[in-house]
Amino acid sequence: MYLIEPILTMENITKRFPSVLANDNVSFDLFPGEIHALVGENGAGKSTLMNILFGILTPDNGVIKYKGGQVTIDSPNSAIKMGIGMVHQHFKLVPPLNVAENIVLGSEPKAGLKFDRVKAYKEVAALAKQYGLNIDPKAKVADISVGMQQRVEILKTLYRGAQVIILDEPTAVLTPQETKEMFLIMKSLVSQNKSIIFITHKLNEVMETANRATVMKRGKNAGTVKISETSTAQLAEMMVGRQVLLDIKRGSANPGESVLKVVSVCANDDRKLKAVNGVSFNVRKGEILGIAGVEGNGQNELVEVLTGLRKPLSGHVYLNGKEITGKTARKIKDEKVGYIPEDRHKRGLELDFSISENLILGIHNKSPFAKGIMIDYEKVDEYADTLIKKYDIRTPSGEVKAKSLSGGNQQKAVLARELETDPTLIIASQPTRGLDIGAIEFVHNQIIKQRDSGKAVLLISAELSEIMSLSDRIAVMYEGKIVSIIDAKGATEEHLGLLMAGVHDASKEAK
Amino acid sequence: MDKKNILNALRLKELVLPLGAIFLGLLVGGIVILWIGKNPFTAYASLFYGAFGDLNRFANTIARATPLILTGLAVAFAFRCGLFNIGVEGQLLIGALSAAFVGTTLSGLPAIIHLPLTILSAMVASAIWAAIPGILKAKRGVHEVINTIMMNFIAYAFVAFIITGPLKAPGQIPKSADILGSAQLIRLSEIAQWSTSRLNTGIFIALLACVAIYYLLWKTTLGYEIRAVGLNPYAAEYGGISVNRNIILAMVISGVLAGLAGAERVLGFHGSFILGFSPGYGFEGIAVALLGKNHPAGVILAAILFGSLSSGGRWMAFNTGVPTDIVTILQAVIIFFVAAEQIVAWFFRNKKKTGQVA
Repeated sequence: MYLIEPILTMENITKRFPSVLANDNVSFDLFPGEIHALVGENGAGKSTLMNILFGILTPDNGVIKYKGGQVTIDSPNSAIKMGIGMVHQHFKLVPPLNVAENIVLGSEPKAGLKFDRVKAYKEVAALAKQYGLNIDPKAKVADISVGMQQRVEILKTLYRGAQVIILDEPTAVLTPQETKEMFLIMKSLVSQNKSIIFITHKLNEVMETANRATVMKRGKNAGTVKISETSTAQLAEMMVGRQVLLDIKRGSANPGESVLKVVSVCANDDRKLKAVNGVSFNVRKGEILGIAGVEGNGQNELVEVLTGLRKPLSGHVYLNGKEITGKTARKIKDEKVGYIPEDRHKRGLELDFSISENLILGIHNKSPFAKGIMIDYEKVDEYADTLIKKYDIRTPSGEVKAKSLSGGNQQKAVLARELETDPTLIIASQPTRGLDIGAIEFVHNQIIKQRDSGKAVLLISAELSEIMSLSDRIAVMYEGKIVSIIDAKGATEEHLGLLMAGVHDASKEAK
Repeated sequence: MDKKNILNALRLKELVLPLGAIFLGLLVGGIVILWIGKNPFTAYASLFYGAFGDLNRFANTIARATPLILTGLAVAFAFRCGLFNIGVEGQLLIGALSAAFVGTTLSGLPAIIHLPLTILSAMVASAIWAAIPGILKAKRGVHEVINTIMMNFIAYAFVAFIITGPLKAPGQIPKSADILGSAQLIRLSEIAQWSTSRLNTGIFIALLACVAIYYLLWKTTLGYEIRAVGLNPYAAEYGGISVNRNIILAMVISGVLAGLAGAERVLGFHGSFILGFSPGYGFEGIAVALLGKNHPAGVILAAILFGSLSSGGRWMAFNTGVPTDIVTILQAVIIFFVAAEQIVAWFFRNKKKTGQVA
């Protein structure tokens, strides 16, 4: 297959930002009909490289060749005209418009001056059929699932004549089943001679789908390998430059008495629709209870109830036997609950505060930091320095703004803040989202360490592998209910996947 | 430590944009002056002389800047909590009215009691006036921009009613009686005999307020919470900080500052409440806060700039025939460029493409 010429080559691309060399002499090529995975830690330069290819950034140095000729791509428009399409991690769709309208948006078929809606439906249906993408052109985008929306994004690029499609972490938002379908779609696209650049963190997905993989590391191309000649472990090692323990080493759980007890909790979401519908469970000392489930099945609302950010409609929450239902976030925090929020930019950190100031958020009004109405910033700085060392937060100093840190170090700061107060219960919501392998390993080890020191841990994650490798028991949430709580030993991905998809008799079907 | 923080807040980088905006403002103003057939250099020289040429002019500039320091600080403080307080003008008028009432009616008190009491009454009145939109925002989610604007109209009408009616002094001019001696902010000219300016001890109140707000924002738990709410209410909420409480508190403190500005005008600068005395100090305060980057030190500098444009403008008009409207144009263009930071940034940087490191 590699006897033919590559459709795209990027040669010696260099891009320098004021503080960092984001791409250092990177070369990359792509053949027709190929899935080429682009992997690497956050900040390794993947997105920079792709933003250069898509015309969002201009390289300082280097050459891009497309279909044999040298090209200049100075805007996403010129990239699209050439036949390069990109599906961003955060979809760029117009929710009130329907599928076909979204797909043709910007290059609508016209009858005279009028938008030719009938033609749009026809063209979109034909296109969907050609590539085996099952969609309803007349469905409103706001009403369709995330997986469907992703197909709409892909069709959008195809409608504009894309030969090369960049997929930026396409599986991050999908269920295991949807992910499988996504891979089938990708295979179908390349079978019709499209080429795909597949950006991802997940090495097993690379092994499953890609023909070749390019590993980025600190702005450099750390190597391009054929999938048939490599392994997950080798890719991981290329990414971080050291052997990574993909399987977490941990002893068996030694659970004690119940710390958190949740009894028939119901809660609404922001739209006043019932999101949590009679959830009960308990978490014991020294165990990790994982809550698996596709995002948007009430996990967020449940966590907000437990942390005092949302008032429940009914039900009870007990912490160490004491009722904390409906108490304020401050009161619950004072009862020794540590919370690692799923969105560290929104809930976890004051990005424009310094690291030091962030490390005292929630305890800023307590001794030794507060003295009367004043804050003793010397104490704050001392405390910050200790935590920065203890949790290995890589920052020039505590005075640096939180937003200038990498995702992994931001998360370390959140962990440091939440764990240092010695909580009896730790609620970790999507604690490794968007982190690189090194940081994930750190977070996982910290969580295990907390469990082993007798803390109760509630782990909420959409990442099935994370749930499976960390949890002692697994609860699956679907449409606001916990459909099943099973022992982590013997749980299989298929079984959990079915439960997550709402197949109630999953236990029978799995057999 | 403190010094370092002040320097940090006024880092060179932070200064580039306001200074760039001022430069561009002068440039555009200069072109307009050229266009009307005058020499921009003589006009600006005259403007500068009118504002800073001698001690008396300088004192006038500072006197004009005094209320702007306070209103700018009021806007800036609310901004730090994520609130856009457009109601500073109305709060200032209510504070001024309260000061006029207490300052003219309570006779027989010694100055040491009367003056503080009068100032306090202005602070409290404005604080209550500002608390109303704060409470509406916190409890009912009514946007503060809308309801502070509406509170301004209520204040205009209410003040006009009181000053043309119950509090009106005999005579043609709609004004209150003169403030009693025991409640006056003494003019510096009376102490030092070096100027005829109406600059008064209110300037010290204004500067003291800047220092106090600086400490409040960056040294206290309240300031920590207010800034946390302003920058990211979600993280603040999770950190156990009551967003609603801080919104109301920020509005109240912002109102207190506006009230001080009103008190200074009535008790010091004018010596009575003259209807229509404010040329829009509250609105100019928005511009001052914007140009001063919502920092007390920046607010002082920006207020002095705006004060100098106002006080120098008349001298320029008198001497060079360039109308004072140029000053309005200058202010508008400066604000335009500060608001459109991107344009200034683009003007002073090369057309380099920027992007996020990913």
